[in-house]
Amino acid sequence: MNNTQKKTRRTIDIVNQSLARRYRAERRFRLYGISAIVVSLAFLAFLFVAIAANGASAFWQTYVKLDIHFSPDTLRQASLATADYQGLVKKSLRNMFPEVKNRRDKRQLYGLASPGASFQLRKIVLDNPQIIGQKRSIWVPADDDVDMLIKGHIKREGPEESRRLKDKQLAWIDQLIAEEKLEKRFNKTFFTVGDSREPELAGVWGAVMGSFFTLIVTLLLSFPVGVAAAVYLEEFAPKNRWTDLIEININNLAAVPSIVFGLLGLAVFLNFFGLPRSAPIVGGLVLTLMTLPTIIIASRSALKSVPPSIREAALGVGASKMQMVVHHVLPLALPGMLTGTIIGMARALGETAPLLMIGMVAFIVDVPAGLTDPSTALPVQVYLWADSPERGFVERTSAAIMVLLAFLITMNATAVFLRKRFERRW
Amino acid sequence: MEIEDGRVLVSRENRKTVGDIIVDNPRMTCRNVDVYYDDKHAIKDVSIDIGNNEVLSMIGPSGCGKSTFIRCLNRMNDTIDNCRVTGDIVMDNVNIYDKNIDVVPLRAQVGMVFQKPNPFPKSIYDNIAYGPKIHGLAANNAELDAIVETSLIKAGLWDEVKDRLGQPGTGLSGGQQQRLCIARTIAVSPEVILMDEPCSALDPIATAVIEDLITELKTQYSIVIVTHSMQQAARVSQRTAYFHLGDLIEVGPTERIFTKPRHQLTQDYITGRFG
Repeated sequence: MNNTQKKTRRTIDIVNQSLARRYRAERRFRLYGISAIVVSLAFLAFLFVAIAANGASAFWQTYVKLDIHFSPDTLRQASLATADYQGLVKKSLRNMFPEVKNRRDKRQLYGLASPGASFQLRKIVLDNPQIIGQKRSIWVPADDDVDMLIKGHIKREGPEESRRLKDKQLAWIDQLIAEEKLEKRFNKTFFTVGDSREPELAGVWGAVMGSFFTLIVTLLLSFPVGVAAAVYLEEFAPKNRWTDLIEININNLAAVPSIVFGLLGLAVFLNFFGLPRSAPIVGGLVLTLMTLPTIIIASRSALKSVPPSIREAALGVGASKMQMVVHHVLPLALPGMLTGTIIGMARALGETAPLLMIGMVAFIVDVPAGLTDPSTALPVQVYLWADSPERGFVERTSAAIMVLLAFLITMNATAVFLRKRFERRW
Repeated sequence: MEIEDGRVLVSRENRKTVGDIIVDNPRMTCRNVDVYYDDKHAIKDVSIDIGNNEVLSMIGPSGCGKSTFIRCLNRMNDTIDNCRVTGDIVMDNVNIYDKNIDVVPLRAQVGMVFQKPNPFPKSIYDNIAYGPKIHGLAANNAELDAIVETSLIKAGLWDEVKDRLGQPGTGLSGGQQQRLCIARTIAVSPEVILMDEPCSALDPIATAVIEDLITELKTQYSIVIVTHSMQQAARVSQRTAYFHLGDLIEVGPTERIFTKPRHQLTQDYITGRFG
């Protein structure tokens, strides 16, 4: 009796002793977890803040208000497309500052407006030839140096010869600001046009459309092919050496560096099949090859996680294997497959290296209108702009990254929404 | 060896089936059935008849092969890769393991209810309607509605669910789910129903409901039921087969198996000496 009592008390003592230690270990573990999350969130926040701080100013662009006289002398009906629109811009600038006579000063004056101003005038005239002979006040983009000055990215101080904007130009700019003929407006250009050598004329829309077409091709090819491959391997294929070999190879393909797929695309799609260079269809094909293993692996694990009791139930009432898969297994596995697809597509959207190999790194001004038009992609555009020397491309690089992130978030949100729709509520 | 109803038992070492494997006018006839999982000999030379409109229960200790055997009867073992079946299982003068036999009509003819209730993650209605739909048993929606209703009535579930046929089958209680699965099996109008421990996941009240149901279904179907509960076997079945380590040890009328077993192993099992 005494003995048992002693024994019982001792067990409890031992448990209590170790209890404190066990709880300490748990608290420690939770602390590690929380600090890991805090650190990663801090990095993420830093990244977003840095990009937003750098890129936000790119959504605003400095414009100059020019009084243009669409003089019939310059604009003859026969050659409206090739008329001297640059001359109209220059004349308007000269009219604003009549004191400028010297040739060197004139050139500095003309440098205030972007070379794109003449294209803008040309478009206005071609759209509406009735305007010839009239006078209009038109906002045209200022040169990128002026834009950078207004945004505070280049300095007024320092010796004149080492500055991009000379003293006289600074004076004209101040005068224009005073006359309210120079101001920052929303940068529509950035969202509507393709690339340009001039930062103030460069837009991200060409890259957005390029990425869009590329990803459409990727999605349309990799999702059905990946799901079909996963269903066959998981549900129908016999388990033997060959299927083992295929499985190992699919797993290995998922780990192949993406540039290797680019080289493959160059060799097979461009050189052997002769598909067009820099085209979204080739980019989509290459990214399909890269995404397929991810989708197949995710889809197979989604199929594996469908409880066998559902399969037995279907077979038990006499469903054929195909009916079992299509009616019961696929609907349950679909959310998992979609998750895999989201991951694969997100990776494809951010992929640069394979696209370099098939020529999607080319300087392309036009916005692509189809799958075979030359185009670039968002990450490649970021890479190209990050490589450009002009100060104006710094903020545009960050802005393009923001557009890329927005693209990614939109794409994922759509996929998550679709997955929620497909998901069984019971 | 022939023995009297007196108490001379066949020794434990003898693994030949004793009792009456043959019945008049059988629904299915199994002869010399062997099942292998790779090298493991799971069912050893089993011969047994399944009669018309009878409940045949299969009892035996865990791992004795009774579930494996029942899954041979509608070829559910085909889904297991390394499973091999030899011997003859004849239904309507056809060996169901013949090369040219299609398992789809076979499984429509020999339905199965599983150990764990496994309704489809669909509505109650769709659960029942699925089988008739894929087999084309209903010409129109009215016929399909009728099949669903009669199946649920036969399974004794109609009154409980008639107002919520559109709700998920997985939302029912365990016993209701199992009756739903039985209704789903009945909806295809099979001739034989296999039940693999249908009550093992249920409470005693739900079990009693299912047992009553089995007794009622017997009038229209042949039923083979695997059970761990000897009481259940005694309550619902007319014939009982006792399996031991892959051997069919003894078959006979349920009453005789439980009161006057002829084999020493059967005697040991039903008296609770092992199991």
